[in-house]
Amino acid sequence: MDLFEYQARDLFEKHGVPVLRAQVADTPERAQAAAEALGGGTVVVKSQVKIGGRGKAGGVKLAHDPAEAKEKAEEILGLDIKGHITKKVMIAEGADIAEEYYFSILLDRANRTYLAMCSKEGGVDIETLAEERPEELARVAVSPLTGIDAAKAQEIVAAAGFEGDVASKIAVVLQKLWTVFDAEDATLVEVNPLVSTASGDIIALDGKVSLDENAEFRHEDHADLQDIDAEDPLELKAKKLGLNYVKLDGEVGVIGNGAGLVMSTLDVVAYAGEDHGGVKPANFLDIGGGASAEVMANGLDVILGDEQVKSVFVNVFGGITACDAVANGIVNALEILGDQASKPLVVRLDGNNVEEGRAILEQAGHPLVTLTDTMDGGADKAAELAAAN
Amino acid sequence: MSIFLNQDSKIIVQGITGGEGTKHTARMLAAGANVVGGVNARKAGTTVSHKDASGADVELPVFASVGEAMEATGANVSVAFVPPAFSKDAGFEAIDAGIELLVIITEGIPVQDSAAIWAHATEKGNATRIIGPNCPGIISPGESLAGIIPANITQKGRLGLVSKSGTLTYQMMYELRDLGFTTAIGIGGDPVIGTTHIDALAAFEADPETEAIVMIGEIGGDAEERAAEFIKANVTKPVVGYVAGFTAPEGKTMGHAGAIVSGSSGTAQAKKEALEAAGVKVGKTPSETAQLMRDLLA
Repeated sequence: MDLFEYQARDLFEKHGVPVLRAQVADTPERAQAAAEALGGGTVVVKSQVKIGGRGKAGGVKLAHDPAEAKEKAEEILGLDIKGHITKKVMIAEGADIAEEYYFSILLDRANRTYLAMCSKEGGVDIETLAEERPEELARVAVSPLTGIDAAKAQEIVAAAGFEGDVASKIAVVLQKLWTVFDAEDATLVEVNPLVSTASGDIIALDGKVSLDENAEFRHEDHADLQDIDAEDPLELKAKKLGLNYVKLDGEVGVIGNGAGLVMSTLDVVAYAGEDHGGVKPANFLDIGGGASAEVMANGLDVILGDEQVKSVFVNVFGGITACDAVANGIVNALEILGDQASKPLVVRLDGNNVEEGRAILEQAGHPLVTLTDTMDGGADKAAELAAAN
Repeated sequence: MSIFLNQDSKIIVQGITGGEGTKHTARMLAAGANVVGGVNARKAGTTVSHKDASGADVELPVFASVGEAMEATGANVSVAFVPPAFSKDAGFEAIDAGIELLVIITEGIPVQDSAAIWAHATEKGNATRIIGPNCPGIISPGESLAGIIPANITQKGRLGLVSKSGTLTYQMMYELRDLGFTTAIGIGGDPVIGTTHIDALAAFEADPETEAIVMIGEIGGDAEERAAEFIKANVTKPVVGYVAGFTAPEGKTMGHAGAIVSGSSGTAQAKKEALEAAGVKVGKTPSETAQLMRDLLA
């Protein structure tokens, strides 16, 4: 889960990382009040969207007094930045910036460890820096067992070329940013820029944090960080039902068991769609190993709630849960849904007890259900039905 | 021959008294695996009742720790069915006991815990091979099963299979059941996993009975690209590949925690191209992939 800047700022503050005082506002009036609460002086009004390039898009503006903060907030609220609509702004104190640096710590999948990156050049696009002048970006491996302690922090700042007083000050901040990463179960903590002020303070001016959703069981407060407004209503509904669902832009609903098989099914449907007027898969839905009637009914309910869906392809491999159990699940799910099940269903079963499974579906003879033998054939049939409807 | 797991493997189950542990202990035994006991500190000293492959009753002892279980039974493989919150401790325990192979089935382990397990194993000289987490485990058909892979959908044979996905593994095992498998490994769909595609490719390459290899990948990370480099340099046996997730949108996690396209990296297209550049034939669908393998061995 990616956080907004203001949420990252709050987490930084919680763990003692120096940040600027700031408040978040969703109306111009509240932006003005926030500017007043911050002392009535110069503030920065910043669009809160989860995408880079806000400054260039006009999403970050200076305001010299609360009235101007209101004006700037009016301009920024509603602003579309690369498809992300601004719904909130952060009002932050102005800072007397002397220099801008860069720091991040992230999960390094390839090396199965963590990677700290640090540079004396901040406030720039870090991917561009990494490509054009990689020597300016220090990369230091960080052990998940020991993290960034004082010695590791010294190593990182030295690798980035910091010296003297500023090196020591930054090293202290890096240890606190490690605490954010570690204590909050983050997969990314990035500060860009990390600044030094004219008076020599080090401040995390802009932060980006991604949290591990698998760790939510030990962070009850993380649920509050979810941006419910931005979530697709069907995805939200599926999440409440405990279903693994991703909404896509297409006409063929897809249900399968196992993430890999469902991903594969989407691809096969997309290929089949090329022969049927370009219809595409409407969603990813992994019902997992069980495939009980209830789970199947919930899954169909979510998928049929998508008005774009014209047909549904149920693609199940019977492994631990054999095909007869899955077939019974489908029959019972259709009974539970009754008239709500209104779109043709193409079912492909394979694996354990496949003959019994097919026999159950044939015997039930539901008018909406078409049985197919293969995944490729099923995808083709579902695409054909979607194109015809 | 099989890799990593064979008929001599003695298996213990961490979490043997839990729901999943009970169910899959029974399935492993039915598949002919030599499950010799389990671990649950709170139920140490008790036994659990199961039936072996011949239908005879067996009483499996429950131990307080992996170390005790190994000492008493000579176990060299542990399969962990432990809830996410306790998986890190279970992993450390198995590694500290020096078990040869640790298969972590559990889905939903925080990635920092998986990273810590890996770092701990590395610190101990990688004496423990880890498969998973978030994986279906490993099967050497006709010999043994450590995990949750259905045993009756394929047979012993000529192919090696390594895959990030569970059901795609099953699908491929089933489609190629006529050729059969020496060993099939589901390495798991998490961002941080123990055994990689490369580890399995190297072992299959070295195994005299494995004639060809099926490699299944999916979006996210660059494990497939690195595997392609490895194949180019080190694998002489034919490899057929499949990659899932061409239609996955950027920035969305597709079921597996590790299955996410970030910006332009981790795409299925890039993985397919890397594999093809390494001489791997890549199928467009699972069925086509199976057919490519059949054609290669015809």
